[in-house]
Amino acid sequence: MHNLLSIEQLDRDQIERLMDQAARFAEVSDREIKKVPTLRGRLVVNLFYEASTRTRSSFELAAKRLSADVLNFAASGSSVEKGESLKDTIATLGSYEPDALVIRSPHVGAAALVSTWTGVSVINAGDGTHEHPTQALLDVFTLTRRIGRLDGKSIWIVGDVLHSRVARSNILAFTKLGARVTVCGPPTLIPPGIDALGCEVRYDLRDLGGADVIYALRMQNERMREDYVPSVHEYVSCYQINAGRLASHQVLMHPGPVNRGVELSSDVADSPQALITAQVQAGVVVRMAVLYMVLAGARGPAGGATAAGTASATAQLA
Amino acid sequence: MGTEKVVLDADGVRRALMRIAHEIVEKNSQGESPALVGIHRRGAPLASRLQRMVGDLLGEEVPLGDLDITFYRDDVSTRPEAPIVNASNLDFAIDGRTVIVVDDVLFTGRTVRAAIEALFDYGRPSRVQLAVLADRGHRELPIRPDYVGKNLPTARSERVNVRVSELDGIDQIAIAIPGRS
Amino acid sequence: MRRLFSAPTPPATILIRGARLLDPRSGVDREGDLLVRAGVIAEIGETGSLEAPADAESVDGSGRHVFAGFVDPHVHLRVPGQEHKEDLHTGTRAAAAGGYCAVVGMPNTDPVVDSTAILGSLRDAALREARVPVGFMAAISPGLAGHGLTEMVELREAGAIGFTDDGRPVVSAGLLRRALQYQRLCGGVLALHEEDPSLSGAGAMHEGAVSALLGIAGIPSVSESTMVARDAALAGHEGGRVHMQHLSAIESVRAVEAAKAAGVAVTAEASPHHLTLIDEDVRGLDTRLKMNPPLRTEVDRTALIEAIRTGVIDCIATDHAPHAREDKDVPFEQAAMGTTGLETAFAALYTHLVLPGLLDLATLVERLAAGALVVDLPVPAISVGEPANLCLVDLAAEWQVGEAGYESRSENCCFAGRQLRGRVLMTLAAGGVAYRERAFAIGVA
Repeated sequence: MHNLLSIEQLDRDQIERLMDQAARFAEVSDREIKKVPTLRGRLVVNLFYEASTRTRSSFELAAKRLSADVLNFAASGSSVEKGESLKDTIATLGSYEPDALVIRSPHVGAAALVSTWTGVSVINAGDGTHEHPTQALLDVFTLTRRIGRLDGKSIWIVGDVLHSRVARSNILAFTKLGARVTVCGPPTLIPPGIDALGCEVRYDLRDLGGADVIYALRMQNERMREDYVPSVHEYVSCYQINAGRLASHQVLMHPGPVNRGVELSSDVADSPQALITAQVQAGVVVRMAVLYMVLAGARGPAGGATAAGTASATAQLA
Repeated sequence: MGTEKVVLDADGVRRALMRIAHEIVEKNSQGESPALVGIHRRGAPLASRLQRMVGDLLGEEVPLGDLDITFYRDDVSTRPEAPIVNASNLDFAIDGRTVIVVDDVLFTGRTVRAAIEALFDYGRPSRVQLAVLADRGHRELPIRPDYVGKNLPTARSERVNVRVSELDGIDQIAIAIPGRS
Repeated sequence: MRRLFSAPTPPATILIRGARLLDPRSGVDREGDLLVRAGVIAEIGETGSLEAPADAESVDGSGRHVFAGFVDPHVHLRVPGQEHKEDLHTGTRAAAAGGYCAVVGMPNTDPVVDSTAILGSLRDAALREARVPVGFMAAISPGLAGHGLTEMVELREAGAIGFTDDGRPVVSAGLLRRALQYQRLCGGVLALHEEDPSLSGAGAMHEGAVSALLGIAGIPSVSESTMVARDAALAGHEGGRVHMQHLSAIESVRAVEAAKAAGVAVTAEASPHHLTLIDEDVRGLDTRLKMNPPLRTEVDRTALIEAIRTGVIDCIATDHAPHAREDKDVPFEQAAMGTTGLETAFAALYTHLVLPGLLDLATLVERLAAGALVVDLPVPAISVGEPANLCLVDLAAEWQVGEAGYESRSENCCFAGRQLRGRVLMTLAAGGVAYRERAFAIGVA
């Protein structure tokens, strides 16, 4: 797997293998020495066009625990602000000879586009409103550790689906693992045609009781200003997940950061049914698994150009 | 293809392990009992058997763990794909203990080097010893075993196939000569 | 009043032997010889029956077709101000290479063509550089800002062939109404880019299943069709004449159909890309497929093809929109909208509509020339006495788009890399040779 650009590109098998690898890294993270030397000498460059301390530090820590070197490149205060094009920025970064580029961009398709310009491995850390594959992977990891296999489980994704790359990636990931996904939110914030991804669409929480998992999305204040929803008050009244709506058998997830009092009530966010903290912890080990899968393996464009006979070397290295 | 020659049968394997177990008890008569850590894949079931044997001889429980050393290999960047990693289980503290690393075949020594590095990321053992079922020579690093089941001089091009009943249904060491055709 | 401008070319004297002559509007569909003398179609006869005058070039037309030259009422020549994308010379070369004998340039340039001074300098530039006759539309509102009218009478007297704010819609119904009323004084068609910005918003592609999957803001069909309906109603109410540009949606086709049935003086155009590509093609986020209006669904495409067939949509217009590489080599949402189209229009439509039997060749060539009617120009004809406006085409020739480069200065062609059939070998415009295909040798018969 040379690049990780989307959940769409992955099949169930690949997702499950990533989960297995993440579990191995979770074991490493339980030790006192949380590092392994696997990616020593490799360089991971974080290119973040959107401010994001969480995801970026998660990737940085993941790379460091694999003993890789890390270079952080943020948009503000850089040549990007001076008008340098994405293409030129990638070319400049290429001179550092990175092994992997982790890219977060406000533009759909940015990571895929970059992968056409460079032979370096590209990992999509979020491209506009399109996908956020590592978020979906850590969500799957956290959820399966808590409730086991997802086949046949009912997962409701509640909130602003229109603007959510997390929602898109999760709909795909959960569906690929056999879950039944329902998206629910204000009609103005559910994209027409989203059911083509294989999910059901609801505009109210009437049938929420049938869900095994509730995944709440952030409700940003801008949406109120842009006429998608009349007011926070009305959103809360229709869609907030609170003690009255969260049933005792249900598990609650959220990509963070939580707008307490908006999409989640405070008590529900802190309840033992909420996996939010576990999700954050899962972020590092899942990203370690991603970096490992993408980078461990021969250097070079497709990771395939190796000396003949390495395949038979397995037993002989004893 | 080539032919295979069995150099140790099931009975031979059992006797070799028994001898190793006795040697372990002799060399570790003072202080805390040693811990056994098997290296994936086949070192693990062998370590498990040794745990029972040594435990019986000592009359006490011997700690057992197993390690997947994929993350510590020195050839990660030359393999075509990221190797799949198996679970490691090391649930006891190794600080200040004697740890005996167990593997099926000792060859270049690189696997054992990786195992030692992995072990040190779990803690600081007071001593590390090495037990192998077979030593086929051709060392590339200064690694020497403390306990050897059988010495097996081999040519580099030969393959040594160790089979253990837990994984392969049979206990056996065979040498495969590459085919000439 | 002269409304087409080009650099003078020597009037051609050419004998084309044994070609298939096809001009449905003139009732011509036959094999034969065609003689152009001093830029005028002098004789048409049986194959082998005409004698070449001494100074004539002789062209072997056997196995080839001659059509009346195409007319494009909607191209972006990028002059003044964006000559790095295209200029009058390269743009008209591209037109001639596509079989076009006349094109109409849009005013959304820098500065906008909204005054007689700018129009005058454009006209002069065309007289020096244009390889085929070019007409220029002037803006409806100064600076395309949507407030107030330009000096439409003066602009008409300076040669403006029509008016449009293309690039932008005329958002205010009140302003359009004033323009329709003023049209009674100044004449000239009002060509309208139909889009409701409050519905299209920041959209970058058709709003549908594909945009939902990609997470890209969508432009719904109703953004276009509601404006088509509104403007047709206004035109009907004021007795004015409007032309609906680059239609993309089935709802818009229905609206035009209804307006025509109600007697409104409305014409409409569709582009080669809307007739051959759909939103599914945009899944790979190739920025060459980012246009405004966007590529829509197969249902829309089918409706557009049907409308071209029946004449509800009157003509083909390429909306040729050259862009510099750096404007397209960026993430999809940031990319400039538009595709070039002059060089590939015929071949793309022939390959994807005529060959699979969705449209017949006669209708296609008729619609490719019908743009002339929209802007009150005489329609090119294959008829004795007419000025030579025609193109010689090899329908069997296969070629890969872009392999040999482009005549246009820009490379953003939505058909880049595709194998197409149908190659223009030679174009005559206003009596002179405007284009010869490089590999096409002219010999003396």
